[in-house]
Amino acid sequence: MLDILIVFLPLLGAIVAGFLGRALGDRGAQMATVLPLCLAAVLSIIVFIQVGLVGEARTTELFTWFDSGAFELSWALRVDTLTAVMFCVVTIVSAVVHIYSVGYMAEDKSIPRFMAYLSLFTFFMLMLVSADNFVQMFFGWEGVGLASYLLIGFWYEKPSACSAAIKAFLVNRVGDIGFALGIAGAFLLFGAVQFDTVFAQVANFSDTTVTAFGIEGHALTIICLLLFIGAMGKSAQLGLHTWLPDAMEGPTPVSALIHAATMVTAGIFMLCRLSPIFEYAPSALEVVTVVGASTAFFAATVGLTQNDIKRVVAYSTCSQLGYMFFAIGVSAYGAAMFHLMTHAFFKALLFLGAGSVIHAMHHEQDMRKMGGLYKKIPITYALMWIGTLALVGFGIPGLGIGFAGFYSKDIVLEAAFAAHSAVGSYAFWLGIAAAAMTAFYSGRLIFMTFHGQTRADPHTFEHAHESPRVMIWPLYLLAVGAVLAGAVFYGLFVGDGRDGFWGSSLLALHDIIEEAHHVPFWVKALPMVMTLTGLGLSWWIYVRNPWIAGALAERLRPLYLFSFNKWYFDELYDVIFVRPAYYLGRGFWKSGDGALIDGVGPDGVAAATLNLARRAGRLQSGYLYHYAFAMLIGVVALVSWYLLVTLG
Amino acid sequence: MSNWPWLSLVTFVPLAGALFILSIRGEAEVVDRNSRYVALWTSLITFVLSLALWFGFERGTADYQFVEKADWIPSLGVTYHMGIDGISMPFVLLSTLLTPLCVLASWDAIKHRVKEYMIAFLVLETLMVGMFCALDFVLFYIFFEGVLIPMFLIIGIWGGPRRVYSAFKFFLYTLAGSVLMLLAIIALYFQAGTTDIPTISATAIPAGLQIWLWLAFFASFAVKVPMWPVHTWLPDAHVEAPTAGSVILAGVLLKMGAYGFLRFNLPILPIASEFFAPFVFTLSVIAIIYTSLVALAQEDMKKLIAYSSVAHMGYVTIGIFVVNQQGLEGAIFQMLSHGIVSAALFLCVGVVYDRLHTREIDRYGGLAQNMPRYALVFMVFMLASVGLPGTSGFVGEFLVIMGAFQASTWVALLTASGMVLGAAYMLVLYRRVIFGALTKKDLSAMFDMNLREKLVFAPLIVLAIFFGIYPLPLFDVMSASVANLVENYELALAAQEGTSLAQIWTGR
Repeated sequence: MLDILIVFLPLLGAIVAGFLGRALGDRGAQMATVLPLCLAAVLSIIVFIQVGLVGEARTTELFTWFDSGAFELSWALRVDTLTAVMFCVVTIVSAVVHIYSVGYMAEDKSIPRFMAYLSLFTFFMLMLVSADNFVQMFFGWEGVGLASYLLIGFWYEKPSACSAAIKAFLVNRVGDIGFALGIAGAFLLFGAVQFDTVFAQVANFSDTTVTAFGIEGHALTIICLLLFIGAMGKSAQLGLHTWLPDAMEGPTPVSALIHAATMVTAGIFMLCRLSPIFEYAPSALEVVTVVGASTAFFAATVGLTQNDIKRVVAYSTCSQLGYMFFAIGVSAYGAAMFHLMTHAFFKALLFLGAGSVIHAMHHEQDMRKMGGLYKKIPITYALMWIGTLALVGFGIPGLGIGFAGFYSKDIVLEAAFAAHSAVGSYAFWLGIAAAAMTAFYSGRLIFMTFHGQTRADPHTFEHAHESPRVMIWPLYLLAVGAVLAGAVFYGLFVGDGRDGFWGSSLLALHDIIEEAHHVPFWVKALPMVMTLTGLGLSWWIYVRNPWIAGALAERLRPLYLFSFNKWYFDELYDVIFVRPAYYLGRGFWKSGDGALIDGVGPDGVAAATLNLARRAGRLQSGYLYHYAFAMLIGVVALVSWYLLVTLG
Repeated sequence: MSNWPWLSLVTFVPLAGALFILSIRGEAEVVDRNSRYVALWTSLITFVLSLALWFGFERGTADYQFVEKADWIPSLGVTYHMGIDGISMPFVLLSTLLTPLCVLASWDAIKHRVKEYMIAFLVLETLMVGMFCALDFVLFYIFFEGVLIPMFLIIGIWGGPRRVYSAFKFFLYTLAGSVLMLLAIIALYFQAGTTDIPTISATAIPAGLQIWLWLAFFASFAVKVPMWPVHTWLPDAHVEAPTAGSVILAGVLLKMGAYGFLRFNLPILPIASEFFAPFVFTLSVIAIIYTSLVALAQEDMKKLIAYSSVAHMGYVTIGIFVVNQQGLEGAIFQMLSHGIVSAALFLCVGVVYDRLHTREIDRYGGLAQNMPRYALVFMVFMLASVGLPGTSGFVGEFLVIMGAFQASTWVALLTASGMVLGAAYMLVLYRRVIFGALTKKDLSAMFDMNLREKLVFAPLIVLAIFFGIYPLPLFDVMSASVANLVENYELALAAQEGTSLAQIWTGR
């Protein structure tokens, strides 16, 4: 019952705000969505205690959805520890963002629509995390994609917002092809799509090989790789990441909720949920590790040079998601979920903090036009520091105290090291490099925005003001999470209590986390060293010697451009996919349909008929001697034929 | 009650209404008004009657129900044989549902020759329903071909500027295929000695003959579906047809081809169906990718949706010829869903066409501002068209992919690529029409949907979402018939084991 309430309260809010928005007014629509979500958040905490701490996993069946031969499944809510954690993360961050939006969107003209979309998103996300079968997960999966599309394109008058929205939907759909085919593969292999049924059978199929796409391969690996393509799309991994930075066209609360804390982590959740399958597909896990580590590194390099405050944070999200993926790749699912949870807090904090800056600067997002803001908006400044320190994983390695990210990021890196495999080392070293870059660009963000001489125009700077309380108070809650979440939940997620806590919701054949606790001290200390180096360097460059940044960019121009233009992925895709699609479409239409099919087909036949008829018509000249001549020829021909046949 | 000739009633009540309209006399304006009302009421009554089929239908059996049989041409053994099973029943309802909506949609849009227009629609309804109910080849052929006539007139008389070209193209294309089907029917008659469809379905046809018969049927049905490359009549027909004509064309007429595959090619010619399946897959995959790309390049709203129909029907033909429970049910579901969704999309185009009298995409933009309700309705059907889970479009599309994967991973992959391409053109269309800034003056003067338009869309929205979330009622109706179809198909193939067609084909 509780589970049903948690999932459907946001839907209720969305429907009320969406359809009665005009009648209720702005305030009414805000109440209609904020209250159900706060309630859902409270209930989620109760469920977390029931399921996570006391330990009663359960499934609530609602009603049948599909029933086509063996393809049979129901709408159902499966709540185990994994789901309970996601319930808490999603509803708490969502409730915070809802409240924040009351202030942030106060001057917008379609507040009910915005609140309805936010709640609708939350509903789909909750459906996703509580799915008990692949197809319902796909429902939530595409549903959050829809909500993301609607919210990115919320300001639909802006062409850039519309393009970004379409791009997000389409790139995600590319991933979803993989997801859908993965489901089809699982159905073909296991004859079912319910998680429980599938998980129970996985071990029996651990050596099965099949032929798919012309390659004979390990069945589970193929299925896992297909599903992972879906996860890559949703979680913006290298290759399918291009939509995420553009998604920053949406209002900032959206970026915080969807494109940082919750939706983009759906891929992580999916792989954790499917850990019983992935564990039997080691090659697939290696791919996950490599892709995750590469993304962590790639996104960090791009983050170094971006000037839009939100894009910096967006690339940082992309990079952190990479961390989570390589944690999964080395079977440290608990660590991945731990980082997911802490990341949700501090990244939402950073985004909403950035939103507060943008709000103060009258919708200016370019950091080159900021600077010196710490005097103007001191609370935001302090909160941003907390978020930054949590992101860079600030803490004291020996004592084991620090911000939330310190705990989670370190366990991820330690697990990668402890894997003692080629891909594990690859992930570890790229992760270390990314940690240094993360610290650098995070410091750069803070210093460019808040320190030094202001570069804003005097009028905007004069009027820069601290955000209203309705926007600041939610941030305190997130800040508490960003500081404490790591220390408090360390024991449960990855510490001694992990087995009892996760129960059967995660499966790892080798307890890599145990090994991660016993890595050498230098492995534990190295991330902190990199972090301090990165922060120090950014301070040195952006506070002490502001002229260096430009000079460096000039000296390393090719590298700078490569990073600044995001490794030219967009340009590449434009040339390979987008333009050829239009070109082919036009070509098929004009020459394929028009010239070839119609030309040879109906139009051609019609023309030929007409032509023939004209020629035939010309024979009917009406002159008697024409006809007589034709008859004569005919007689001659017949006679000769007769002679040839009979005599010859 | 159960002895009533329900099928004949549902089939011929519209015809009676048409005759009644024919008898209306008086001033032009009064005649127009009365014709509209008579057409509306007749089609509504027909719809209510057809609901009896839905409720009276016994689930869980593959037998034909509501069967009526009477001698018709005894010397040839031709009978008036009507009956429905789980495959045809939903299509009867789809036809009876869409007709009143078409009448409503044409209420103000059609201003001249209203009487004749309404008659054409009612006759069309009779023929459509009759086609789905017919269980005798001669009867089927008459209904199947008869449908062409009112549709030809609707396009040719009430259509746009190039209506005559389109009407003839439509007519010739479809007739060319039909001639071959007639030959096939005659051949089957000589083979089985009857024109009774259930009897012929139970007759084993020699493998060598199956090939030719299959090709003949295929020629007829492929044009109707339409499959690539015989699809070019469809965009022209849609563009020139009045809104309601497009609705019926996309909603029901396109389903006739696929229905033919289900009714004839699979059960009567299983061996040839298996032999030609790769050929059908190839054409269907081309249809999905090729027409999706073409749709992306369109400047005309109706043409875009017409091309999208071809792509969506590609899913259907794949689903049919993979011949497993998921594929077939997915195909049937996709047909029904497409019947609702594409019909609604054409109605969406009609709404703005009635106001601005252009279908050019570039003339629109920013409608979200002054037509929020319209934007919402369009959004729902746009999403259903791209197959978002939770809408009816998803159920069919997804099942087809599930079914196709079992037959061939490549086909499944290429089919699934439609998920991206289909989303691309619909999202771009939506963006160009609904999103953006509202800068054009004549657009800002446009008012949102009126009550009549809301009434037209309401049932379609409800159905598109209801069957997306709770498709079970439809699965219940069709599962037994589909299972039976699959079973007989596999039995026929098993019986033929050893004399595979490929050998016959190459070995002579």
